[in-house]
Amino acid sequence: MEIGISHYLTLAAILLAIGVLGIFINRKNIIIILMSVELILLSVNINLVAFSSFLNDLSGQVFALLVLTVAAGEAAIGLAILVVYFRNRGSIAVEDINLMKG
Amino acid sequence: MIIQAMAFYLFATVTVASAVMVISVRNPVHSVLFLILTFFNAAGLFVLLGAEFLAMILVIVYVGAVAVLFLFVVMMLDIDFVELRQGFLNYLPVGGAIGFILVLELILVLGASSVIQVPEGMAASPAPPLGEVTNTEALGRILYTDYVYLFQTAGLVLLVAMIGAIVLTLRAREGVRRQNISDQVARTPALGMELKDVKPGQGL
Repeated sequence: MEIGISHYLTLAAILLAIGVLGIFINRKNIIIILMSVELILLSVNINLVAFSSFLNDLSGQVFALLVLTVAAGEAAIGLAILVVYFRNRGSIAVEDINLMKG
Repeated sequence: MIIQAMAFYLFATVTVASAVMVISVRNPVHSVLFLILTFFNAAGLFVLLGAEFLAMILVIVYVGAVAVLFLFVVMMLDIDFVELRQGFLNYLPVGGAIGFILVLELILVLGASSVIQVPEGMAASPAPPLGEVTNTEALGRILYTDYVYLFQTAGLVLLVAMIGAIVLTLRAREGVRRQNISDQVARTPALGMELKDVKPGQGL
């Protein structure tokens, strides 16, 4: 029953696949897509912290901190773009986002 | 040891289950709430791994900021979510196949490779023994010395994100009366009052 690093890596792999699946099946709802991206970044963080813990090296946790920062910034910018887009078009359906098609 | 294993399986099960709920529930508000549950359980896993500082940061940053931001946007925008759900089942077979293959390959890679062991003294920043310094103190010691440029860069990223979000969402609206302080200060009694000499028996 020893919990090794492979348990954590398997969990992170499953979480990553759920995030990718979320992007695939919610192709129209951009808010769920943003949440799926957050799930993918969480799985990255679980990997980093697991390696940091099992290899007894703290630099992995520093890197996880940076990933967390970027994830927070990405969520803020993404939602700001979403709000501006909704203000202009009155909808957030992904297939309506074709203004720059030329 | 058995308690640790039980805690791992509990946290891992709830994490995966709530992550599945995030992408599959009908109502996006519930989706955000399940995202919060996912992050809480991931924080529990971080505590199990001995990374208490990151666990607390995860709770504060995600539950306190990001999830509330999502909740705010979901509730502020008036969106027909039923319409957005259409095509959900069309994409499910392809997405499911890709997700299944992804998990299978990653787990096969994990099974095939024996996990690397770093030789003694080779770690970039070896973690001090747990009894001596806490995780937070050890992290602070290297974050402000060895990784200070990365730390500053992270601050810069947050600054750019903050300015970007403000610039994107700020709009100058027409027809809003604002306070003009210099006008108020420059106002004298002569400007503000007008004396009328009213004759008896007449109005103005």
